[in-house]
Amino acid sequence: MSATSVIEVRNLSKVFDLSPDQARKALDAGEDRAQAVREAGGVLAVNNASFTVESGELFVIMGLSGSGKSTVIRMINRLVEPTAGEVIYDGTDIGGMAPQQLRELRNKRIGMVFQHFALFPHRTVRENAAYGLKTRGISRRERLERADQALEQVGLSHRGDAYPDEFSGGMKQRVGLARALATDPDVLIMDEPFSALDPLIRRAMQEQLLELQEKFRKTILFVTHDLNEAMRIGDRIMVMKDGEVIQLGTGQEIISHPANDYVEDFVSDVDRTRSLTAGAVMQSPWLTASVDDQPPKVLAWLNKSRGGGVYVIDGEGHIVGVATGERLSEAAASGKTDLRDCVVDDFMTVSDETPINEFCHLTGGHIVPLAVVDGDKQLIGVVPRAKVLHAIATAAEETPQHA
Amino acid sequence: MPRIPVGDGIESGLQWLVDHVGAFFEAISAILLFCVNVMYQVLASPPEFVLIAILALIAAATVRSIGMVVFTVLAFVLVVGMQLWTETLQTLAVVTVAAVISVLIGVPIGILAANSSRTSRAVRPILDFMQTLPVFVYLVPAVFFFGIGVVPGIVATTVFAIPPAVRLTELGIRQVDSEMVEAAHAFGARRNQVLREVQLPLAVPSIMAGVNQVIMLALSMVVVAGLVGAEGLGGIVVNGVTQLNIGVAFEGGIAVVILAIFLDRVTSVFGTRRQRSPGIPEWIRGLLRRDETPSSEPAPV
Repeated sequence: MSATSVIEVRNLSKVFDLSPDQARKALDAGEDRAQAVREAGGVLAVNNASFTVESGELFVIMGLSGSGKSTVIRMINRLVEPTAGEVIYDGTDIGGMAPQQLRELRNKRIGMVFQHFALFPHRTVRENAAYGLKTRGISRRERLERADQALEQVGLSHRGDAYPDEFSGGMKQRVGLARALATDPDVLIMDEPFSALDPLIRRAMQEQLLELQEKFRKTILFVTHDLNEAMRIGDRIMVMKDGEVIQLGTGQEIISHPANDYVEDFVSDVDRTRSLTAGAVMQSPWLTASVDDQPPKVLAWLNKSRGGGVYVIDGEGHIVGVATGERLSEAAASGKTDLRDCVVDDFMTVSDETPINEFCHLTGGHIVPLAVVDGDKQLIGVVPRAKVLHAIATAAEETPQHA
Repeated sequence: MPRIPVGDGIESGLQWLVDHVGAFFEAISAILLFCVNVMYQVLASPPEFVLIAILALIAAATVRSIGMVVFTVLAFVLVVGMQLWTETLQTLAVVTVAAVISVLIGVPIGILAANSSRTSRAVRPILDFMQTLPVFVYLVPAVFFFGIGVVPGIVATTVFAIPPAVRLTELGIRQVDSEMVEAAHAFGARRNQVLREVQLPLAVPSIMAGVNQVIMLALSMVVVAGLVGAEGLGGIVVNGVTQLNIGVAFEGGIAVVILAIFLDRVTSVFGTRRQRSPGIPEWIRGLLRRDETPSSEPAPV
């Protein structure tokens, strides 16, 4: 065990709908525990899960509904009593805690955020945020003050007097987050906190969570069924299916080395266009001119290629502009020799690291293809519109292959 | 098929109770009589038109409609005009006492039933029994135990009115979003804190709907209570019916309806309106909140 692990889960199992004795007997049955539990009339919600969560990491548990992910996190603060196995929090076995100790753990060490916010409708937003401090027995004045601070962290300090039903989903969940932060816990358990929000708000909430995490470095257990969300925010991701841990690793590891077909299926749902960058889809510029080239010569190239214009680059590889056929003809007719006089600004550039979904709308609006530049602003490629469509089509085609 | 002597068994059982714990029933009888008398004295102490004004104020504060205030004034003036004011107050006293007892018994049982499925299963058939057994069947044993008068009426009324208090309390608590209860637990609340701070406040609309039902059932029992000698509007109606005096019977009936409408409108407000700070009308809450805001003074711990 590394010294920084906060939560250690060992061989954790949960059986619903059976008495503890029956459940343990079924679990000891041997090979196929799920089968044994089912025959006894129970449901094996979590089967032998083991993992550790490091201090300050954002640990995502991902799985579809019924995969046992919500049960796992509820066993960590014992909202759900484990059937077998141990949860070690900071060196202490949570299963052996007396009720008083357990309440202290929940109140001071572990904050929780819920899928449907679980705000108390009969209390103001400020009182909601102060709830953990109220159960702790802190004076009204102090707890409301600290609740205001927590609300400020989520950008709602001016709305403390409102009631939750006056708020939109995203605002409600920010109150939920403030309620969890107000007790200043070491660990945050978040049970699908953004699933009930619409996509734009979800995105904003994810960003806000990452900002807060940057600032406070809590240990966060985050449950989600959305792999894109897991990829975006998770330091490590644990994939669960039918109560079992299928794979545990960073997002990159899971995408590049899925443990089995199930994970592969799951991963195929990831929006692959997010990984398609300008650098990945560009092609080398088929026609460029140096500033030293003579206009008549460039015009000849251009006519041959049937393009509308040509990128003109200087000695360092930077784009000077686009020489259009019209300007080149004028220059050739009037005998001008400097190519710089023939260029216009009718072009767009993107960095090679820009994902395709952020630049695809820029293609096709100009006489020349979109220019791709590297960190030094040097022209390294172009993206014609056809290339963008081709790349998206290919990414979409790859998905059903695994499904 | 031989006859099974269920009736004989019950009869001898009741007789045994009367013979052996009669003193107990007498004590209960005395307490109930005392409560009703105190209640009546309180209601009867202000002059009738002062009380009507108070009732109108209550209607204004709860229902908050001018129509309801006008109705309250006119209707109770009519009651005074029919010279049924004393009887109406007697009935109101009986209904109030019976409703308070029903709520005091019913709500705690409802809370227990909500937190334990076993209690819930045990309580349900008893409630069914209490609600569906014809009223007259237990009115007679009540006379056995408590004698003629207002007390057997209150007891029968209470038995009849407890079930909705239990049922709607249990329903209200069970309907509280389980995620909210879980959230309270997740922040380290004790069981009784969860009950007091989350479950009960959120169950208040349902509990108040139960209280409303209790009051309406209690009122529907007053005529029946008149049969066993209870004074009040029930007695008027029973007299009118037994002496074939249709006018008197109708006057008593109209007074019952007036009382029913008033009590229903006033108490149903709490059941239907979603309360933020339950049970306290908005304008009082406003005052309270204004008192809270100055943060200069130290808040009570």
